Amino acid sequence: MNVLIVGCGRVGATLAGILDAEGHGVTTVDVERASFAHLPATYRGATFLGNGSDLDVLRQNGIDKADAFLALTQGDNRNLMAAQIAKEIFGVKRVFAKVNDPIRSEIYREKGITTISRTTILAVLLHAMLRDEREVGEVLLERTLHLERQMTGQELADAPVGAKR
Amino acid sequence: MYIVIAGGGEVGFHLAKALIEGGHEIMVIESDRRRAQWIEEQLGSVVLNAPADEGRYQLEAGCQRADAVLAVTGEDAKNLVICQLARYNCGPHGRVIARVNDPKNEIVFKTLGIDETVSSTRVLMNVIEQELPASGFLPLMPLGGSHLELIETEVTPGSPASGKAVRALNLPEGSLIGGIVRAGQVVQASAEAVLQAGDRLIVFAPTAAEAEVRKSLFG
Repeated sequence: MNVLIVGCGRVGATLAGILDAEGHGVTTVDVERASFAHLPATYRGATFLGNGSDLDVLRQNGIDKADAFLALTQGDNRNLMAAQIAKEIFGVKRVFAKVNDPIRSEIYREKGITTISRTTILAVLLHAMLRDEREVGEVLLERTLHLERQMTGQELADAPVGAKR
Repeated sequence: MYIVIAGGGEVGFHLAKALIEGGHEIMVIESDRRRAQWIEEQLGSVVLNAPADEGRYQLEAGCQRADAVLAVTGEDAKNLVICQLARYNCGPHGRVIARVNDPKNEIVFKTLGIDETVSSTRVLMNVIEQELPASGFLPLMPLGGSHLELIETEVTPGSPASGKAVRALNLPEGSLIGGIVRAGQVVQASAEAVLQAGDRLIVFAPTAAEAEVRKSLFG
């Protein structure tokens, strides 16, 4: 699967790392070079410095061959614009946008864009945990813990302890 | 008319002022508190201090009864979302108009359902192209130790020089065509050489005669 990710902050970079490790073709786009430091050291996918809601930048990064597009920058509006360009102009099948404002989320979901608000997701999860509704979050928590163990394990392996050998 | 202006920057403020002077009722939505306060001091109670890209504030500003909503912030993505939300919130008669900063985004906005856009870059380009047909007339540099200068210019399709031989150009005294660049090649500007549209000319001319050179080439 070819995946184009716009916004290489913590969320974008973590997802890019997971998909890349699974062998998918991943390209991440960000306007700030420093953002690519969030990517794991093992990341072999492509990175591109540029504006992810610019038609030329998207074309250059193979959006016409992308199976999935995710807009994960810090700006709701930028995410919504990039996601709509991916869906309406380039016809990408699966399009996701990180949108923190729940009202905007709702309106654009009706336009066929899967909008994700981490605020509401986290609030719902925490609420369920407090009420001991294990079925709501169990699978999610298990996977999260697994991923975090992997990530810290990698970091320990990358740390220069080997120098003492 | 009742007009809602989203964004109280330079464009938004002057637009608001002009519309009030034209007898219209307006409301500016501006998220920066100090800017909103400043506009209120200038124009009266016509400001809502809130983010224009949130639907509920558009409703608070009265988008439902607005004849037009103008999104004029300096950020294209924001203007797009403001307009799309306004489409949602406005009555069926309300027009929604977006300022587009990157002219490439005009087509993006149209595809995404916002038909009415204004690109200041595009407007200025059109003015320049219409008003300055001889914009291909470029004084390159003065030639040291003389009153001469070097000019680069292009023969445009409608110009009187097009189709004329160099000898018939009527250039001012003391000026000379040094060479013709045609299709990437340098051609000697002999007296018999006939100029074609698209030719670029390198001209030596007295600095004082620049206007005459322009006249003999462009009429």
